[in-house]
Amino acid sequence: METFLIGLIAATLRVATPLIFGTLGELISERAGVLNLGIEGTMFMGAFAGFAIAAKSGSLWVGLLGAVLAGMLAGLLMGLLTVRLGLSQHVSGLGMTLLLTGLALFLFRVVFGESSSQPKITPFPTLEPFGNIPILGPITEQYALTYIAFLLIPVLWWLIYRTSFGLQIRAAGENPEAADAAGVNVFRTRYIALALAGGLMSAGGAFLSIAQLGSFTFGIINGRGWVCIALIIFANWKPVRVLFGALLFGGVSALQLRLQATGAQLPYELFLALPYLVTILALTLAGRNASAPAALLKPYRRE
Amino acid sequence: MVKWRIERQAAPVWVRPIIPLVSIVVTFLLTAVLLVLAKADPFVAFYNFLIAPLSDSSSAIEVLVKSTPLLFTGASVTFAFAAGYWNIGAEGQLLAGAIAAAGMGILVKGVLPVLAIPLMVISGFTAGMAWALIPALLKIKLAVDEVVTTLLMNTIIAFLVSFLLNGVWRDPVSGWPQSPNIADEAVFPKLIPLSRLHLGFIIAWIVIGITWVVLKRSALGLRMRSVGLGQDAARFAGVNINRTMLIAALVSGGIAGIAGVSEVAGIQFHLIDTISPGYGYTGIIAAMLGGLNPLGVSLASLFIGLIETGAQSVSWATGVPIYLGNVVEAALLLVTLSMLLIQNYRIRRA
Repeated sequence: METFLIGLIAATLRVATPLIFGTLGELISERAGVLNLGIEGTMFMGAFAGFAIAAKSGSLWVGLLGAVLAGMLAGLLMGLLTVRLGLSQHVSGLGMTLLLTGLALFLFRVVFGESSSQPKITPFPTLEPFGNIPILGPITEQYALTYIAFLLIPVLWWLIYRTSFGLQIRAAGENPEAADAAGVNVFRTRYIALALAGGLMSAGGAFLSIAQLGSFTFGIINGRGWVCIALIIFANWKPVRVLFGALLFGGVSALQLRLQATGAQLPYELFLALPYLVTILALTLAGRNASAPAALLKPYRRE
Repeated sequence: MVKWRIERQAAPVWVRPIIPLVSIVVTFLLTAVLLVLAKADPFVAFYNFLIAPLSDSSSAIEVLVKSTPLLFTGASVTFAFAAGYWNIGAEGQLLAGAIAAAGMGILVKGVLPVLAIPLMVISGFTAGMAWALIPALLKIKLAVDEVVTTLLMNTIIAFLVSFLLNGVWRDPVSGWPQSPNIADEAVFPKLIPLSRLHLGFIIAWIVIGITWVVLKRSALGLRMRSVGLGQDAARFAGVNINRTMLIAALVSGGIAGIAGVSEVAGIQFHLIDTISPGYGYTGIIAAMLGGLNPLGVSLASLFIGLIETGAQSVSWATGVPIYLGNVVEAALLLVTLSMLLIQNYRIRRA
């Protein structure tokens, strides 16, 4: 029982990692007033770019950096469509996801060819800060990126609530007209927010390919981006509550993985669907009280 | 020196019809970069992309085959979006229809085809509607955002399909994850012998026609469009918003469900987990490119069918990955939406 629980906690933290990256990214974007449905594609592109660049350069950290840059570029393109041109955020975001997904698949084939064997890299090792100490040791045996993800939660809280740039982001998302009148450049703020958001989402995707798996598969993201969008609502657009949402989804996912590992004779596909069902349930419970940024979905125009 | 300035005012009428053409040219110029990356000659590629599929009858028919599921999903998305209901779940509703068709297709053995085929269509419509019901109810009863729930429902039903194919429906002989073949009575007849073009293509056009009549010529369509344009004004005019949205969501789901029936009964004859390579999402592209007008959507579906067939032939001719088709479709959507802004502006001599 004890090893089961320890394994469960360790797996929960691991499963929550890409979701924390993705959700924090989406949070910045939505707090600035832009719903970024490009998240699913951005995470997919991040997984591809991280893997491909790491494989070709031989450095996992260069791969991660490449993924972040690719995500930031994707965020800027989303900015061009929704901030500068003022197009529908729903349609632009879905278009971005389709574009980035197609692009990543295309480039994967161009870089690695049609070979039947799955290209592989040696992924990031896990850190073991507490070595073999019972309980603490196995729980803290995690990837560096997992530590970074959890550290990013207080960092983002500080950025959003304690810096002037955070104030500008919140102003652009709540009342862009007033922000503009107060001298905030709403366009620039939203562009920067989208670029930061894209970098974070992309890092979340890269975690899967260059840390957890060491390979790139076509189903690598599998709706995790959409889960992040749901977690934002669950977290009521607050950075610290992102943690609980990610741990909830991570916990349910980890539980199904653990139960499978114990050899329980249950159909695993239903277990795989369980976290998504729990997410919808959580949304249903949180739905009524959710308070989205007032200017979300509204393009800003200077008259 | 002549000075020009840009004004926010409706562009001259002749600008509107050339926007799609300009968008197509811009999209192909952008994707030429990718062709160079893939070490292919852009001219050879574009020939294979746009001209080769139409140069012989068998591949021209294939364009119609590829456009069939998109006519359905495009109409489905149009129905929902026109009423301001963001159903991103056509993909999942299509899978629901495909599951129903695979099941019904086994049940109708011995039933006359004139009865079996309508039963297939009805079962798919019902299944798609049922899968659309949950997010729709959550939306109108509990104000849960339908974008998120319909997207999550897509992932959930994909697991359900894989559960069925690895469990009760696994082929007992080969062990492949595919359902038993449907009965001959349930198979959609071919429109042209020895081709893949089937009855689904005709049904798709009937659906497009009905969608046009409902949206443009009925009181329900007027209510739907008024909700889509602005809920406050619609409410003020006495439109029951929840009821209108529910109908739009359910019919949208049902139409997407028929797309699943059409793929099972017309193309595959059983359920496989790759039954849809994202037709539900491509339907969103078709709907937006068609300006949420059923006739425009049908043209857009045919054009996307051409791109998909073209991507196949480019891949064979030059070795460029087939996913170029996906990139072109998505880029075309984003470029067209951006280009449409031009019609709001006019260039004047200062």
